[in-house]
Amino acid sequence: MLLKFLAVATKFSKETYLYWYELMQLIRTFELTAEEKYKMEGKIRGFFHAYVGQEAIAAGCMTATKPEDIFITAYRDHGLAVAKGVSVDSCMAELYGKATGCAKGKGGSMHFFGKEQHFFGGHGIVGAQIGTGTGLAFAENYKGTDNVVLCFFGDGAARQGILHESFNLAMLWKLPVIYICENNNYAMGTSVERTSNIHDIYKLGAAYEMPSEVVDGMNPETVHDAVAKAVKRAREKNGPTLLEIKTYRYKGHSISDPQKYRTKDEVDEYKSKDPINLLRKSMLDGQLATEAQVKEIDTRCDEVVAASVKFAEESPFPSDDEVLKDVYVDQDYPFIVD
Amino acid sequence: MARSIAFREALREAMSEEMRRDERVFLMGEEVAEYNGAYKVSQGMLAEFGEKRVIDTPISELGFTAVGVGAAQNGLRPVVEFMTWNFAVLALDQILNTASKMLAMSGGQISCPIVFRGGNGSAGQLGAQHSTAFEALYANIPGIKVVSPSTPYDAKGLLKQAIRYEEDPVMFMESEVMYGDKMEVPEEEYYIELGKADVKRPGTDVTIISFNKMMKVALSAAAELEKEGISAEVIDLRTIRPLDMETILASVRKTNRLVIVEEQWPFASVSSEISYRVQKDAFDYLDAPIRRITAADAPLHYAPNLVAAALPDVPRTVKLVKEVMYLKK
Repeated sequence: MLLKFLAVATKFSKETYLYWYELMQLIRTFELTAEEKYKMEGKIRGFFHAYVGQEAIAAGCMTATKPEDIFITAYRDHGLAVAKGVSVDSCMAELYGKATGCAKGKGGSMHFFGKEQHFFGGHGIVGAQIGTGTGLAFAENYKGTDNVVLCFFGDGAARQGILHESFNLAMLWKLPVIYICENNNYAMGTSVERTSNIHDIYKLGAAYEMPSEVVDGMNPETVHDAVAKAVKRAREKNGPTLLEIKTYRYKGHSISDPQKYRTKDEVDEYKSKDPINLLRKSMLDGQLATEAQVKEIDTRCDEVVAASVKFAEESPFPSDDEVLKDVYVDQDYPFIVD
Repeated sequence: MARSIAFREALREAMSEEMRRDERVFLMGEEVAEYNGAYKVSQGMLAEFGEKRVIDTPISELGFTAVGVGAAQNGLRPVVEFMTWNFAVLALDQILNTASKMLAMSGGQISCPIVFRGGNGSAGQLGAQHSTAFEALYANIPGIKVVSPSTPYDAKGLLKQAIRYEEDPVMFMESEVMYGDKMEVPEEEYYIELGKADVKRPGTDVTIISFNKMMKVALSAAAELEKEGISAEVIDLRTIRPLDMETILASVRKTNRLVIVEEQWPFASVSSEISYRVQKDAFDYLDAPIRRITAADAPLHYAPNLVAAALPDVPRTVKLVKEVMYLKK
């Protein structure tokens, strides 16, 4: 274990580990706080899908990309939005449905957006963003940039037809897209094994001769390495990659999920592999950070999230006349109002 | 200077002119490039613009529609051709759940300037799955616009407008049986604003509203009626969403009678919406109930007599006009 750690320790800087830890802890704190506001105070409503347990994926993807690279994901979108730099204030305000939210209170939990941060949402139809993300990559290719698109989806989406049409087109046109299946093992309440004869999702890439691999998603180092390799391939115009990143969500599919489809033992086992705990331990063991530094980061995350709650609570709801705004770019659109 | 060109050429000119103007515009769809278009709309465009901008796709409507929608969100202005709108149903998720809602869901951050176009409605004995007219279905969706022209002149001006100036998704409904229609079209560039109906034939006694190829039925009926001394005003909607209620109401206030001819199925059709709005805003002007002829409330069958029986025609339109005028026979 120590040898393995030393091998990677030479590759990533102290700053990288500190960045990973802070991002992961920030996402975790955001999710747990928001969930509390949802359950205890009822200030957040609607569907709510937490990223808890999957934070190492966001962390590894961030260090393997540049800011101009696009992220697009499904409705489990809080963590990736925060990672991309959509402000924590605006994310929390969006959950509260406030005008200061990252989608002006019009999106909610499932539809976070940050165009400036190259975060293209937050999509609610399982798998649809695989196709849309392929189109985002098509545009980068068409414009001749070297930007790439990280297109995230869950294991459930791997069974949608759009995945296959997208894979086919992306390989046909060698588009700069990295398909990231965050395999948390459950499509809502249905385990991967119950959704297909093919349990290893990365194998789906083979039908299109798409480079594909399986990645440990509980560790930002392994995520970084796999994504960096795929990003390089995409930037060099060599086409897409499928990464099946194995992860686990401790929380239910959504906030209203009683989780009768899995045992407490199973959840506990994964909690023992918690990506944040593991990272903290390896940073301390490897003397990449001191207890004090870690504590300082934890405190900062608490403060940032607490401030976002205050910001969200003090922000106004959108005004009623926003109902007919942002429906058309055309400002003169004659809505039917009777 | 005007010259006579076919509907398909008018569409091709519209796309080509806009592609020459703007590098961001490209055409994508099944058989649009090497085959020169299933209905030859895009003939010669591959030769002029190359394979980067005139793009053949596999038969993969959901996939290439999604690519178009994503590309539109990311700075391009795609024109996506459906061989027929019947096949676009496979891609409805991307149109309805993504394209039409993107601006709203993102709080105004991400728009989707894209034009979807292709043949729509019946085109002879093509059977149930190749014969549906979709204007009413798409017109139900906030966030998009629906255009359905009846002439080469209108088609060119409206398509150019949609590609160049519209920042919202536009559904552009053509007809396989109109692609060969010829008409004088100016050589100079022109644009036609969306949302404006056109009075194709002025009249005083009754208003007939129609669009797309049913305009032929409406105009032929008006010509028949003229022989009997009845002056019908014929309005071509051209754009279905948004509806040009001003033109409709002005006409009804003048003629006091309204007949609508359309190829939609009757339930929640374009005529349903027009009728509601006319009774609300011009109730006192109506001298007779609003009447309509739609496609039959059934899938379109194959047999020639069943096709004819299911679609609006001139004799039934003439008869209906006489009914709203309380004329016998």
